[in-house]
Amino acid sequence: MHVTDQPPEAPRERDQVFGDLLNDCVHCGFCLPTCPTNVLWGQEMDSPRGRIHLMTQMHTEDVLTETAVGHFDNCLGCLACVSSCPSGVAYDALIEHTRNRVEREHERPRGERVLRGAIFSLFPYRRRLRLMRGPLRAYGATGASSLVRRSGLLERISPALAAMERIAPPLSSPPPPLPPLVPAVGRARARVGMLVGCVQGAFFPEVNTATARVLAMEGCDVVVPRTQGCCGALSGHSGRSEESAAFARRLVEVFERARVDRVVVNSAGCGSSMKHFDRTLAEAGADDAWVRRARDMSAKVVDLTEFLVDLGPRAERHPLPLHTAYHDACHLSHGQGITQAPRALLAGIPGLRVSDLPDKEVCCGSAGVYNLLKPDAARELGDRKGRDVASTGADALVSGNPGCALQIASAMERAGRRVAVTHTARVLDASLRGLTVDQLLGR
Amino acid sequence: MTETAPATRTPAALAALVPVLRDICGEDGVLTDASRRRTYESDGLTHHRSVPGVVVLPTTAEQVAAVVRLCSDRGVPFVPRGAGTGLSAGALPHAEGVLVVTSRMRRIIEIDVDNECAVVEPGVANLDVTRAAAPHGYYYAPDPSSQQVCSVGGNVAENSGGAHCLKYGFTVNHVRGLDIVTPSGELVSLGGRSPDAPGYDLIGAFVGSEGTLGIATRITVNLTRAPQKTVTLLSAFTSMDAGGRAVSSVIAAGVLPSAMEMMDALAIEAAEKAVACDYPQGAAAVLVVELDGPAAEVDAQLAEVVRLCGEAGSFETRTASGPEERARIWKGRKSAFAAVGRISPAYIVQDGVVPRTALPEVLRRITELSESSGIRVANVFHAGDGNLHPLVLFDDTEPGAADRAEEVSGAILDLCIEHGGSITGEHGVGVDKACKMPRMYGPDDLATFDLFRRSFDPDGIANPDKLLPTPRLCGERPGVRRGVHPLVESGRADQF
Repeated sequence: MHVTDQPPEAPRERDQVFGDLLNDCVHCGFCLPTCPTNVLWGQEMDSPRGRIHLMTQMHTEDVLTETAVGHFDNCLGCLACVSSCPSGVAYDALIEHTRNRVEREHERPRGERVLRGAIFSLFPYRRRLRLMRGPLRAYGATGASSLVRRSGLLERISPALAAMERIAPPLSSPPPPLPPLVPAVGRARARVGMLVGCVQGAFFPEVNTATARVLAMEGCDVVVPRTQGCCGALSGHSGRSEESAAFARRLVEVFERARVDRVVVNSAGCGSSMKHFDRTLAEAGADDAWVRRARDMSAKVVDLTEFLVDLGPRAERHPLPLHTAYHDACHLSHGQGITQAPRALLAGIPGLRVSDLPDKEVCCGSAGVYNLLKPDAARELGDRKGRDVASTGADALVSGNPGCALQIASAMERAGRRVAVTHTARVLDASLRGLTVDQLLGR
Repeated sequence: MTETAPATRTPAALAALVPVLRDICGEDGVLTDASRRRTYESDGLTHHRSVPGVVVLPTTAEQVAAVVRLCSDRGVPFVPRGAGTGLSAGALPHAEGVLVVTSRMRRIIEIDVDNECAVVEPGVANLDVTRAAAPHGYYYAPDPSSQQVCSVGGNVAENSGGAHCLKYGFTVNHVRGLDIVTPSGELVSLGGRSPDAPGYDLIGAFVGSEGTLGIATRITVNLTRAPQKTVTLLSAFTSMDAGGRAVSSVIAAGVLPSAMEMMDALAIEAAEKAVACDYPQGAAAVLVVELDGPAAEVDAQLAEVVRLCGEAGSFETRTASGPEERARIWKGRKSAFAAVGRISPAYIVQDGVVPRTALPEVLRRITELSESSGIRVANVFHAGDGNLHPLVLFDDTEPGAADRAEEVSGAILDLCIEHGGSITGEHGVGVDKACKMPRMYGPDDLATFDLFRRSFDPDGIANPDKLLPTPRLCGERPGVRRGVHPLVESGRADQF
């Protein structure tokens, strides 16, 4: 399907909307305490309130300064400010629009362009990520082109990938790929589609397996379309609106064809982004028909945990005597407003103890590809989160997002504090199947 | 409305200071870039704006002292700023001055449980003191509605209060010791760890001085033992009058709640939109009453308050004793100011005090003002101590609306003064109300204040144009002179 070009006034309308959204901010400062960059640096320009001020400067004076771009780039897009804002400022829409403008108008230095180019030609593609896994064994990088090496790309990307590699289960025993349909156990209560994801699919296929199994055991026919690709979240959060919209369109088509009641997502970042595909397409200038299709699709998107809570438990929960700490992935808690559902599900498992983290609203620093683009800030935030996890004394950390799991686990490893990291779906799966704690944690 | 054109360059006199400031605060502790400085152009009161000449972000008391000493040597004004949440433009920057921001001084130095106090840096958020003390069974009592973000240093400057001041007092009642940097750049200690020190009460003088006597760099605050039992009660009324009657009868019965708050229909509507607080439907007023203390006392008082609310005409009363239920009741009240952003493009948060007995009359007069001017006013207030917070709503894109709102807002303060009250309960005077000071104080009072101020700050460089009226601020437009100002002529004020 082809997309008609947007009518000429569309950008101006979007600008108008942007201006109105900016005006919603009353400058109260309630967003400051949970903003990770404010926590790190304590300066106005690196707080949501200050960034909105910079956006207002950009908007009213129609200038985009190098300085402002730097502060926009510093934003992790964790959306903690959206949760804490009493005035309902749509910072998510504001930063997305701003980043699109930055990408359109701002000429980045060559090194940065190469780094970004490389990231976005790798991460949104599950197969390419999977292919990287072999060479990564020998971290130091076989087969990397000289261009890649000159750009300093390897130093940035390799440690991140290598961290994933260390934490991810060994390549030698990946679970078999999911079939296109996993039938419900017993009477079917719902027919759902399932997103496989890029990082989740390439590095944590067992989380997907667990997700499908839990859904089936709870009475769902699970449709796993083979042709699905990236949801476009990573691109969207970095202002690559065209790229993001292209991914979104493809996913809309795939799940329209799948004829499902719901599209279940087990990765917080993907779910958060898929819930506003309409905005993604509108930002990229898509026509109304496409925006409507996207809206219909977005209305079906649910996080695994909220879906399971709504559905109600049917399968038996077996005891799992384990002390866990639950980490709120930003794009689950702030992006989708989901904090109770995962806790309720975990609380339903006999013997499982769940601790909250101190400062649980503050981002762990993973934030999509932020840890590749701003490694120092990301590391510092990761270290803070690692200390918070350690303070709970939990034996395992449970989270609903692959990026957070990787980020926190590697931070704790750096500090010499090993902790098992797992996904809510895997904990549920273990309980439903009656696995032992050792089996769950692979010990 | 004070507004300066966006300054693009640091004024020349200041530019010369920049290298020295960088030596003091480090490269990343000094902001000169125009777009960065502009993000500091206002605090929580956005209709006063002025781009600071330069911004510094010190991390130690010694750095603050060195910066202020430099300002003093060169005769450059400085303005202290904490979290920038103030509501009287007390931290409005000076276009030709240095803005000293304490947001990087946020260490909790000590929690001294045995002596029931905490020692903190000025940039620490109010609520973080309570968070740090909570594991020991203590908390920090003054609780402004912005407590999760506003800084203790800012609280000291403004003598901040909050919902619980009715029983526990304002910031001044909870500060035991202060390290301050005086306007000449000296680092001095006031008070200490023991609860009372002989001699003049300099802490009392400093707290609430709005940055005109210097900058607090280390603060020792009382920690209060967490009460055995706390109950929060929400009572809904069909009129503000009925709610007001309930307040009076509770106090008359000898019950001292830790907090007694009231909101009117418009404020409730805003809070519902912002945080879905689920207050009783159809309420024209809700009263939030909190009781704390020994369990037996709280239980007895609760029964009494419920009965009195019923007698005053409440149609629904809910009580909550669990922390989550209590938080739900408070959520609506605590978010009310900012939540008004949901029902109005712009608004002025007013802050005035009236004797409790004058509450019903003043509220009626506010309603009349609102009706005659066509400007909506939402009311949120600390009913127990008569501290009103009318929120004057307007559309800032509509020509003249801001001025009309300012008029209504000013008329409300006049009402407060007329009824024997005050022009500010807890938000401070700042720039916003400096010109109202002569309505409350006579020439002798103001001259005495000025004398006092000058004993700390002879050159008038510490947060000038705040707190006390100055001709530039109140009598004239900047740059246009019309002979000697009457205030100067009468000796009530000096031109700095």
